[in-house]
Amino acid sequence: MNMENVAVADISVPTPEPAPSRQLVYRHTLPIRIMHWVNVIALSLMFFSGLQIFNAHPNLYWGNRSDKGREILSLSAHRDSAGNLVGTTSIGHHQITTTGVLGVSKDSDGTPTVRGFPSWLTVPGPAWLAMGRRWHFFFAWVFVLNGLCYVGYSLVKRHLQRDLWPTGADWRGVGRSIFDHIRFKHPHGAEALRYNILQRLAYLTVIFIFGVGIVLMGLAMSPRMDAVLSPLVEAVGGRQSARTIHFIIAWAFVAFVLIHVFEVLISGVFNQLRGMITGYYRVDTSARTTGRSDKGLVVAKPVDAEEIDPAGPDTSVVDEATPHETTAAEERPHD
Amino acid sequence: MTDRRSFLRMAIMGTAGIVVAGCDRISQSRWGTRVLGSAEGLNRRVQALLAPSSAMAKEYSEADISSVFHPNGTTMPTTPTYQALLANRFRDYKLQVDGLVSRPTKLSIDDLKKLDTRTQITRHDCVEGWSAIGKWQGTLLSALLDHVGVDPQARFVVFHCFDEMDAGMPYYESVDIAEARHPQTLLAFALNDKPLPVANGAPLRLRVGRQLGYKQAKYLSRIELVKSFDAIGDGKGGYWEDQGYEWYAGI
Repeated sequence: MNMENVAVADISVPTPEPAPSRQLVYRHTLPIRIMHWVNVIALSLMFFSGLQIFNAHPNLYWGNRSDKGREILSLSAHRDSAGNLVGTTSIGHHQITTTGVLGVSKDSDGTPTVRGFPSWLTVPGPAWLAMGRRWHFFFAWVFVLNGLCYVGYSLVKRHLQRDLWPTGADWRGVGRSIFDHIRFKHPHGAEALRYNILQRLAYLTVIFIFGVGIVLMGLAMSPRMDAVLSPLVEAVGGRQSARTIHFIIAWAFVAFVLIHVFEVLISGVFNQLRGMITGYYRVDTSARTTGRSDKGLVVAKPVDAEEIDPAGPDTSVVDEATPHETTAAEERPHD
Repeated sequence: MTDRRSFLRMAIMGTAGIVVAGCDRISQSRWGTRVLGSAEGLNRRVQALLAPSSAMAKEYSEADISSVFHPNGTTMPTTPTYQALLANRFRDYKLQVDGLVSRPTKLSIDDLKKLDTRTQITRHDCVEGWSAIGKWQGTLLSALLDHVGVDPQARFVVFHCFDEMDAGMPYYESVDIAEARHPQTLLAFALNDKPLPVANGAPLRLRVGRQLGYKQAKYLSRIELVKSFDAIGDGKGGYWEDQGYEWYAGI
């Protein structure tokens, strides 16, 4: 967070009650918000159209060739003795029956059909490789240009250097951060404005390893680009290896999105969404932190939770993002 | 909790359903196809910039050759003309070359072998996603173009084929002159040191080193040089192009 540019708008309207110190902090700038949502659209459509393209040959290999019998992953179909279609997912030598989802699934009129991924996961829905490619390549350009804008903007605005690049203090707190994450414990005070070490590492990995990697592996599948990229293609094992890595990174993006959305859900979904839509994020500045306050962190009022009297004056603070509990305000998954 | 879970599941499935239905409507609309297809021109221009027209496709070693070169699409043309040629082991086969050329001509495989030939072990990448490696021997298309003399007005080389995809709809393909003159663009008559098998396009097929499989037209009957391919087929430059695939098959 660029603290110099943080515009703080006090929204605590005068009330007869002791004013709770809640503040809306301008957290995400307009370009970041636009690029975030453009990325949501581009990544989703590339994923769904990518599965459409994958369905044209739902097998993965390692190396340069697609040799029959050497599949490392295969979504296939056969008929059982009763003549019913059975979908099978093979990973190496392991086979799992996945009828209904992988290998065989119902098409729009409910007829069991041979297809890798089901129609509700592909764009377009029906098997239509030519159109899947159009979607994929169109949004690949959106994704790449948006990503370049993001990296350029973040470098110029020092978002990357300040907010994403881990500091020494971040690294020292890595154990604590892991412990907090597995307990689904999130900071709420001004500390919540700052990306923690795991967030920083996750975002950097997603941007520079997943993002750059998936684009390079996509280009490594292009026969024209391979005229100049063949050292890269051979370095990863071959064109089919590049296709396999492209597929794995696509699912790694899905895993990231699931974790990202889960963290948003448990850390105050309304506040987080408002932050990424309007830019304003509500912080509880009454100095109730999650129980740690590393020295050197930019915290409005660094107070150790241990020092806070659970029945202290700040218990009147109510925030939709903060369930009213004593001591460490800890949110849990609602289910 | 199950209620909430099933609600969540229904909400997710419902949203996904709406998105998918919306995407399908866009896919079926003329403007949607055009907007989404605009990436093709960008791909073609940017790739030409990054991988210049002189750049060569990687050539592999004998050890890399696929034990089976998977034949795709037509594997046995059924037209009487082709069947008659096949019955005679292509001894009567002649490739017709015409259109915007100074000397329209007909060439047998032996005639083609007298022009400059080349042997290359290259990778074939299908639009479906699979790859195979084969050793191709053939006449340089540039040598043939020089042999017949290309009219300066010609912009594309169109390849007409014996195999019919639907009744009365023969396969065809096209490349621009630059791609046609690339040193790895061959009219191949041999695969892995043997005469081209029927399944792989006998007696003559096109090899374009840096484009997808559907460009590699099999069962060539005629090569035509044109200014524009608007009047051929549905006017998109190839059988699969007429079905919505990109004319530029570099990615």
